Amino acid sequence: MAVAAARAPSAEVTDNLLAVRDLVKHFPIRKGLLQREVARVHAVDGISFDVRRGETFGLVGESGCGKSTTARLLTRLLAPTSGSVVYDGEDISSWPERRLRPLRRDVQMIFQDPYASLNPRRSIGTIIGEPLRLLGVADGRERRTRVREVMERVGLNPEHFNRYPHEFSGGQRQRIGIARAIVLRPKLIVADEPVSALDVSIQAQVLNLLQELRDEMGLTLVFIAHDLSVVRHMCDRIAVMYLGKIVELAASDRLYTHPRHPYTGALLSAVPTVHAHPGGRRRRVVLEGDVPSPVAPPPACRFHTRCWKCQKVCTEVEPPLEPKGPNDVAACHFPLSEGEVDALIDRPAE
Amino acid sequence: MALLEIDDLHVSFKTVDGIVRAVDGVSLSLDGGRTLGIVGESGSGKSVTAQTIIGLTRFPNATITGQIRFDGRDLVSMPTDDLRGIRGARIAMIFQDPLSSLHPFYRVGSQIVEAIRTHEDVSRGTARRRTIEALRSVGIPSPEERFSSFPHEMSGGMRQRVMIAMALALRPDILIADEPTTALDVTVQAQVLELIQALRDDFGTAVILITHDLGVVSQMADDVAVMYAGRVLEYAPREELFAAPEHPYTWGLLQSIPRLDAPRTERLSPIAGSPPSLIRVPQGCTFHPRCPYAPPPAFEVEPELKESSPGHLVRCHLPVEERKRLWQSLQHEHPALR
Repeated sequence: MAVAAARAPSAEVTDNLLAVRDLVKHFPIRKGLLQREVARVHAVDGISFDVRRGETFGLVGESGCGKSTTARLLTRLLAPTSGSVVYDGEDISSWPERRLRPLRRDVQMIFQDPYASLNPRRSIGTIIGEPLRLLGVADGRERRTRVREVMERVGLNPEHFNRYPHEFSGGQRQRIGIARAIVLRPKLIVADEPVSALDVSIQAQVLNLLQELRDEMGLTLVFIAHDLSVVRHMCDRIAVMYLGKIVELAASDRLYTHPRHPYTGALLSAVPTVHAHPGGRRRRVVLEGDVPSPVAPPPACRFHTRCWKCQKVCTEVEPPLEPKGPNDVAACHFPLSEGEVDALIDRPAE
Repeated sequence: MALLEIDDLHVSFKTVDGIVRAVDGVSLSLDGGRTLGIVGESGSGKSVTAQTIIGLTRFPNATITGQIRFDGRDLVSMPTDDLRGIRGARIAMIFQDPLSSLHPFYRVGSQIVEAIRTHEDVSRGTARRRTIEALRSVGIPSPEERFSSFPHEMSGGMRQRVMIAMALALRPDILIADEPTTALDVTVQAQVLELIQALRDDFGTAVILITHDLGVVSQMADDVAVMYAGRVLEYAPREELFAAPEHPYTWGLLQSIPRLDAPRTERLSPIAGSPPSLIRVPQGCTFHPRCPYAPPPAFEVEPELKESSPGHLVRCHLPVEERKRLWQSLQHEHPALR
């Protein structure tokens, strides 16, 4: 089981491309003349997981759960408050920027907003070729050739090399972002909500493209999204996050048929699915209230303020992330029974 | 007679790039107490159709033709002053982003009081009582205290509840909800959808629900219109639309979404290409450049929206039998569509 949180990260090469241990990121809130720290946003609050070579690992959760901060910690666009990120046997969590540069060849990121993540004053050929230039991988004609190849591969017309981002639609811009991410032939891509801003028909095109590239290039993918059906479609294993913690981590098929954590059950239950037949509509569990503020997360189990199964112990003792079934770990004192799952969701066929 | 009848509505905007034909011949009707779902991607004309109902598209560069009949009057030709009496009071609208629909400087309670007193001659005290009642009915905890909150002090879900409370304080006949849950998390979306459903059932308010999410439509709507490039391509009762859709675009949408209630598939089957520009809409059937089944006439002549079975309208040149056969073979190929 790859999720054993207790196991110490080792420097030897393993099946895991990425090993995350007790990762924490707090953002201080400062006030007053002396800019004293008055509070902290507990964005990511002690998470551990492994990402295996060649797998697609999903992170799901609602806004404020810390999934995007996690993405930025994995790619070291942010430095963690504490904890470790071991990439390919080396702990990169405290590397200075200079040392991180060569790593950028291996680890790339795709962003949600294809409008904000592309420089409007650069031609797309320049944008896609930028990583090659920055890392001194290819120059002049060679660079142009490689950019054209990549453009062709992601479904952009290489003749549009000199056009600017505003001349492209949202779907095409996301292809530009993908081209920029794969031009260095990375090993790991972290995709943060890559299709959330796209229309349904375009979303499917981009998901297919990501799957094809993953298979062709042997990529390892960390896929972050709030859309549970998209995550299931893409991922082999999935971690569900709530208020900076992982509450459940399971193989994709397992998570959607046998959710153990009440929050996972509630999330799945809340997704409106397409039903042709009137009898298909099931009573949903509707969680009360909103997600509490990550500035002052509830003590013990963070979900206890919204959980319908909450008991006294849930408000006093934090449940550890521990095995609750085959290929499934969850952090809950009172995991869902099979009967409760039946009442919550229409289980998809496995 | 229907509560609201949209008849051959055209809305176009003159821009520097050319004329944008946002809505191009839309006819729809809505009965009391029913929910009409309008689905489509960006640029399909679903929001412009809804905004035109309450006169929000009356810009200097806009040309609006056709009729929208409500309560024996035509809303398209109605003077803006008269329309103001209907907007809010008889037909209310909520938007995707509640933060931009609420005034940031005023307390939420006073904004609802103002809405009530604009349309009805009641005292400040009565309006305040009704506001607190409305806030309570949409599930806002301790409404007396929340009355004095500013919009920025509330969460997204809470603000959308305030918008719904404001929309319903005047007991409108119709609630138009334009992507009401798109900006919300899935658990909060479930709360808001449940609320809209409950209010429809309790007060008999008719609802026009505009969304890009087929799941939301499937859960909420009685009838569904699928829009593309300013037109309705298919219209049917919900069960029929999802069990036996007849337009290739509807099939494409259904094939594009990963399904939670079906086995995982290797690859999705997306619709090829991208939606057309509304300045240069393709000749013939607007969907033909992306349609794998387009028969020769689709390249030249635009098909009409015709009834294929009672209550089921389709804008497609393919013969009905052919469409039924194609859908069956698609279901055979993709178990998720069954």
